[in-house]
Formats: sequence, C-alpha cells, structure tokens
Amino acid sequence: MADWLGPQEWQAVALSLQVAVVATLVSLPLGLYVAYVLARRDFWGHAALNILVHLPLVLPPVVTGYLLLLSFGRQGLIGSFLDRAFGLVFAFNWTGAALAAGIMGFPLMVRAIRLAIEAVDPGLEEAASTLGASRLKVLATVTLPLALPGIVAGMVLAFAKAMGEFGATITFVSNIPGSTQTVPSAIYAFLQVPGGEASAVRLVWVSIAVSVAALLVSELLARRAMKRVQGQ
Amino acid sequence: MTNAAGLSVDLNHQLGAITLRVAFDVPPGTVTALFGQSGAGKTSILKVIAGLTTPDEGRVVSGEDVWTQQPGNRFVPAHARGVGYVFQDARLFPHRSVAANLRYGDRNAKGRQPLVRFDDVVALLGLGDLLKRRPAGLSGGERQRVALGRALLSHPRVLLMDEPLAALDGARKAAILPLIERIRDSVAVPILYVSHDPQEVARLATNVLVLEDGKVLNEGPPLAVLGGPVADGPVATLPGKVVGKNTVDGLFEISAAGTRLYAPAFQAALGDEVTLTIAARDVMLALTRPSGLSALNQLEVTVKDITPVDAARVDVVLSAGNATLLSRITRRSADQLILRPGQTVFAVIKSVALADGKSGHLQVMDV
Repeated sequence: MADWLGPQEWQAVALSLQVAVVATLVSLPLGLYVAYVLARRDFWGHAALNILVHLPLVLPPVVTGYLLLLSFGRQGLIGSFLDRAFGLVFAFNWTGAALAAGIMGFPLMVRAIRLAIEAVDPGLEEAASTLGASRLKVLATVTLPLALPGIVAGMVLAFAKAMGEFGATITFVSNIPGSTQTVPSAIYAFLQVPGGEASAVRLVWVSIAVSVAALLVSELLARRAMKRVQGQ
Repeated sequence: MTNAAGLSVDLNHQLGAITLRVAFDVPPGTVTALFGQSGAGKTSILKVIAGLTTPDEGRVVSGEDVWTQQPGNRFVPAHARGVGYVFQDARLFPHRSVAANLRYGDRNAKGRQPLVRFDDVVALLGLGDLLKRRPAGLSGGERQRVALGRALLSHPRVLLMDEPLAALDGARKAAILPLIERIRDSVAVPILYVSHDPQEVARLATNVLVLEDGKVLNEGPPLAVLGGPVADGPVATLPGKVVGKNTVDGLFEISAAGTRLYAPAFQAALGDEVTLTIAARDVMLALTRPSGLSALNQLEVTVKDITPVDAARVDVVLSAGNATLLSRITRRSADQLILRPGQTVFAVIKSVALADGKSGHLQVMDV
C-alpha cells in the first residue's frame, strides 16, 4: 500500500482521514445539541438558528472559507484570541482544515439527527419523565438511543463531506503538502502539474474506496441500531 | 408513611373550545373514576396532575406537597412528583426488554418508598415469561400488563390510569379488570381511573365524576351516579332530551340519535337532558323496518363494525345519528342477515328496556 502510493499522496490520504475523523467527532456533541434544540424546543430565534446552521450548505464554499479566514485567521477576531489564550492556531494548519470540514459537514449532520429525533414519539419521553427521569436522563435513555440510526447516518454524511471538502479548505488554509493538503486539494494540485495525472488517478481510487467503505459501515451500524430500536 | 397521602385537585384551564373546571379529592386507597365521552377533558386532568402540562389556574396537592399552584408559579416537574401513569397506548420503551421497562422507574425514585416488590408485581400480573422479551413482540393485553407493572414499580404516590383497557377486546379486558381490582385493594395510594365504560367504572370506582365539556355533571358513588346495576355485557349511552309525555299511558317521548324514542315512567321532567343507557343485548336488528311488532323503538342505523365476542356471539357496532349503539346477537343471526359494515339496518329496542334497572336505564342529569 505504502509502495503503491507516493509519499505526498500517502500524506494527503492520512491527513484527510485525520481531518475527517476529528471534524466529525468534535462537531458531534454540538450537532446533537443543535439538532435536539431545533427538533424539540420552541424559542425566540429558532428560525434564525436554523438558517445559520444551514448557511454553509447553500453559501459558495469559497465564501465560507473566506469568512473563516477573516474570523479564524491570525489577524481575525476569534483566531487571534484563540492563539493568545490557548496557542490554538487554525490558519495554514491541519486544525484549520478540520474546522472548515466540520463546518461544511455540520448542516448535513444536524439535518439527519434532527429528523431522527423528531421521529421519536414524544409520548415515550413523557412516559419516561413520569417514571422519574430528569430531562437529561430522558435524553440519554430514551431520545438518543431511539434516534441512534439517524445519528449514525448524520455522522457518516459529515465524515463523507469532510473527506471531500475542497473549496472552503483551500480558501482558508491553502494547499500545503503535509499540513493542509487533503485528498481533494492534492488531486487538484497533481492535475495542475505535467505528469501528475497518475498520482491524481490513484487518489481518485482511494477516494472511491473510502467512500464505499464509509457507506458500508454506516449501513451495518444503522441496521444494527434499527434492530435494537425496534426490538428483536 | 409518605405513600399514604391523598390527592387534591382544583383546576380552571382553557382547553381549545372548552373550559376545564373541576375540583375533587382522592383519599389514599380509593379509586375516583373520571367518566365521560372523549373530548370531555379527562386526559387533560391527568396530564395536569402528572406535571405534563401547566394549567391556566389551579392547584394540585399530594399530601403536604404542593405540586402545582397557579397563580403562584409553583410547579414540581413531572419527574420529581412520583406519579404512576398508565397510558392508554402503554408507551413501553421499544429498545428495552420488559424487565428493563419494569425497572426503569425504580432507579429514579429518590427517597420515595416502594409501593410493591418486583417479584410480587411479576407474579400478580403474570409477567414471568415476558421479562426477557422486547415490547414489539407482545400482544396488546401483555403490553398493558407491563405498563401497569411499570407504573406500580415507580414508587408512585398517585396512580393515574388513562383508559388502560380501551384498546383491548372483551376477553382481554375481562382478564385485566380483576388485576386492577387487586391493585386497588392492595395499595394505599389514591387512584384516578379514566374511562367511558360504565361497567369498568361500576366495578372499580369508589367515587365517580361524570364529566362533560370540562365540567362535572354529577358526582358520587357509582351506583348512585350510574343509576342502578349495570347490565351484563357492553352498554351504549345516548344523550337525549325529554320532549313529550303522554298523560294517558305515562310514556315519555325522548329525542335522541336523530329520532324519537319512547320509555316508560321515570324521574324526569319535560325539557330535561337525559342519558339513555342501552345494553347491547337489549338491541335486536332487522333488515327492513319491522311491522306488527310490540317494540316501539325502531331506529334506522348503519353498521359500523362487527366484533366477535366468543364462538357463538358478536357485537355489532351501529351508528345512530352521531351516537353509537351496540347490539349483541348470535353469530348465526349475523351470518343469516349477511351483515357487513356500511349496511343500513333497523335497531329494535323494547321500550321497557329503557327503564328496566337490570338491562338498561335512564339517568337524569343536572343541567
């Protein structure tokens, strides 16, 4: 495997996996929270939150990337603060690629989880609360377990989006081999240089393989979760 | 003993078009039935007591604890109240085994005394063989038994039962009713039982509140409120109004179900709103309007459904105007008449049945 891929290609694959896994796992808690709030709560600003969450889905990725650069770059308001306070640097760093990937995948994740939570019978949540379960316990023992197939689906969608994210990533953190060059950026870079086509094709195959594997795993997990939810 | 506390309820709550206005007390160890047609506000009262809704105005007190007080903004959340709520549709957790469903409330009951022991509940409700199974594989009757057990095991200070038998057929109802009687006789908590079946109410309740459009029409012990012994088999209730009285033979003329019915003397005056309770076995069916028959009451009705009672008998559900009537006939008669849903037939009710205390009866309601 390592022989089949050149060092730069290998680096891109490893970085993409790292970026996608981190983006998915870090955005999951926030995604669960936002999906739950959108599905089950009625509050002032509900519609605004919904629009904000969906914005990355409809904005041109380049715009999202540029906005990230403005806010999370070294000179940006949030970026400079995080750098000073925690030494956390997003600009031209793999963490920036993960941030861009996470934000681009967020609406997909929230949509899938929200639909799954909305499909959970509120009557079961009421029953749990009459049986002494606090709101948090109802969430942990009834709502989330029953929404598990949708949560898995949301995670897979977010992971796949993170693996394929290009526009926002390249705008925000550029295309630096070894630190910010993910598989899509690498394919783009290889296609710009003479003789790079073979490398690009190999990365295309890797992309297809990862995507198919992600779908298979999610199908398996979702089926298992579904069985648990429906009983037997 | 914290479990042996009475329940006191006083509500004034706007519910869509109707105003819910009730006040009552349930002493520990007794059953108060909320009786009335659907839409009368019965379930809404239970939800307020359970803390699932906040009333516009009202007070719910369990023993010394004020659960809801509005105005006053006192509201103990549902999970901290300790109500054993048996829902009409069971609401078992599909992703948990029967045993885990039963134990769900047990682990959350902080500081409250257990009402019953796990093994006793399993034995009483016959759940031993079901413990490892998932709710999806259970029959309707089994599900309701698990729901009863789950509520009992949540260390409740009040039991709320919302038509727990409504979704079950006659045989399953008959099997579970005695279990609820035994629960009533063995636990010292107030029980509220919602139903629109006079038989269930007569059998279980210590006290009955008859509700209509959110108001209490009548209150008292079941015999006094339901007006005499209740017939064997199911009964239907028809709302009506006394529109005439024959001075010669004393027959009352009652407008009900879009037609005129005749009943012998009873306690009512012209213009009174009455409820006719008609036992299914007092209703005969004919395909054409019968003539040369002694029965005065003949209604043109539509067959809505035919439900089997046992090998020999069926109950035919009939719609008469906007009311529902039941007729219990033999399966053979049903086959001979070739009854099917949608068919128009004639229901024949003997007039004496409308006043006879044993089979059907009339009850005058305060208006």
